[in-house]
Amino acid sequence: MSTPAANPASDINEAATLRQRLRQWLPGARSAVIGVPYLWLLLFFAIPFLIVLKLSFAKMASSIPPYTSLIEYVDVDKAFTVHLNLGNYTQLLADSQYVLAYLSSIKIAVVATFFTLLIGYPMAYVISRMSPSARNIAMMLVVLPSWTSFLIRVYAWIGILDSNGLVNRALQALGLIDEPLHILYTPLAAYIGIVYCYLPFMVLPLYANLVKLDNRLLEAAYDLGAKPWQAFVRITLPLSRSGIVAGCMLVMIPAVGEFVIPEMLGGPDTLMIGRVLWGEFFNNRNWPLASAVAIVMLVLLLIPILLFNRAQQRELEGKLA
Amino acid sequence: MSMVRNRSWLGWSILLLGFAFLYLPILLLMLYSFNSSRLATVWAGFSTKWYGELFRDRQLLEAAWVSLKVAFWTATASMVLGTMAAMAMTRFTRFPGKTVFGALVTAPLVMPEVIIGLSILLMLVSMGAMFGLPSKGVVAIWIAHVTFTISFVTVVVSSRLQELDRSLEEAAMDLGANRLKVFFLITLPIIAPALLSGWLLAFTLSLDDVVIASFVAGPSSTTLPMKIFASVRMGVSPKINALATLMVLLVSTVSVLGWWISARAEKRRQRDMQLALQENG
Repeated sequence: MSTPAANPASDINEAATLRQRLRQWLPGARSAVIGVPYLWLLLFFAIPFLIVLKLSFAKMASSIPPYTSLIEYVDVDKAFTVHLNLGNYTQLLADSQYVLAYLSSIKIAVVATFFTLLIGYPMAYVISRMSPSARNIAMMLVVLPSWTSFLIRVYAWIGILDSNGLVNRALQALGLIDEPLHILYTPLAAYIGIVYCYLPFMVLPLYANLVKLDNRLLEAAYDLGAKPWQAFVRITLPLSRSGIVAGCMLVMIPAVGEFVIPEMLGGPDTLMIGRVLWGEFFNNRNWPLASAVAIVMLVLLLIPILLFNRAQQRELEGKLA
Repeated sequence: MSMVRNRSWLGWSILLLGFAFLYLPILLLMLYSFNSSRLATVWAGFSTKWYGELFRDRQLLEAAWVSLKVAFWTATASMVLGTMAAMAMTRFTRFPGKTVFGALVTAPLVMPEVIIGLSILLMLVSMGAMFGLPSKGVVAIWIAHVTFTISFVTVVVSSRLQELDRSLEEAAMDLGANRLKVFFLITLPIIAPALLSGWLLAFTLSLDDVVIASFVAGPSSTTLPMKIFASVRMGVSPKINALATLMVLLVSTVSVLGWWISARAEKRRQRDMQLALQENG
């Protein structure tokens, strides 16, 4: 720094070799950009599933960690023996409680997704027809609640649905009911909670899709004598299909495994598989059975997840879905 | 004409109902934090005593501090890894294992939290058994949170990368800048607002998580959502309302501010580009 350009020629040379070295290093930069997140996700997202799979064939044990090892070296036989215990899976099939939990999770998720779509689609549609600056503000207002704590938004409904809560007191004041309705700690409360918490995830992809809709198509339909609802059913709805699919997947898949909402609002009657997994893991400390519950849930969700992956991957690469 | 007016009337009422549904529960929650009664559903007069009780609850404050630290480092690591993943997805058309990479980047967006929590815990326990490392605690929460937030950053950043005018990068390359230089001098400043929103998104997701943290936290580290969840399971408490009010105010201030900064940066950028085009045109 203190001796500026003592030998310009060597400086230029040095810069050139430095650049060459950088260029040699550049394929390294490229592989680092791919490799670092790849490695992280392989290590902490992909491989863990293999461990869950492995553990689902183990047995519960009163050791630390609380499960048996699959491969055991037996000194007498001088051989490794593999214990593949299918007991967890047969237990899931034999005990109707588990089967019912899976079925009721899927039912709750599908019905809640339908209502989320019913509320979310009109919102996304109206916002997408607004002026660009109004659109941005409206979308920010849609997303803002989901930035404030999920747990707190679920908690808010306890005070509303309680037998002393706002809904019951409003209905009583209007003289519509004499006795308070039991909504809190029933499946209905769980439905309300899911629709409420997942609504932004439905509106977001629908809006992104509807905002790209070419208005000239609708104008052409009107010119040809189509009524608004005809134009909607035959043009807007089919063109927004990919947004509907993305929104429904974003709501339905996580809702199947939802734990917090049924636990806080649903009461004992709301049977969901996320709660079963939680109970097996934390209350019964049966890690192998919890793993089997997770594996079966993954298998059930595999097709929707793959559908979502394909659509999302195209979106990430910038191709039109 | 009348049809248009009818439809805009319908549109406004849909939006009004939708926003009432989204915001009324939160506003009621905040209102009842000022209720003097312990019964969170019966209004008995204005009071700020629950805020006082909140700040005297040392355990809760300690849990909040743990959560903020974890969220900060989660957001920072996720922003870097998520941006790298976004570059890989949008800029490198082909590399070995890209399909798998795409699946790994997108699947955490929808994966049920109980499955993520269980699988990461089992991974950390196995690794801990292999290398003799502690498998639960704050670092474990950080690892788990980074893993599930990377995807959200990637989605935010890659949508910005796609909108970006590639000719700027190409022009810089033509002028002899290498790819690394182009990234840091051209691409990074343009996508910076997306990086900020990605950071904020990862921060709030981490600050919010109770399920995944419960699996990996272990006995010595408790996060704020775990504390809230434990107390809410016992029933409604006005102290939690007070805490919720503070969190809602904090998060909405920060996110409105972030939104405003990025909207302003976007406006300025577009004006600059227009000026540049006029000068050259």
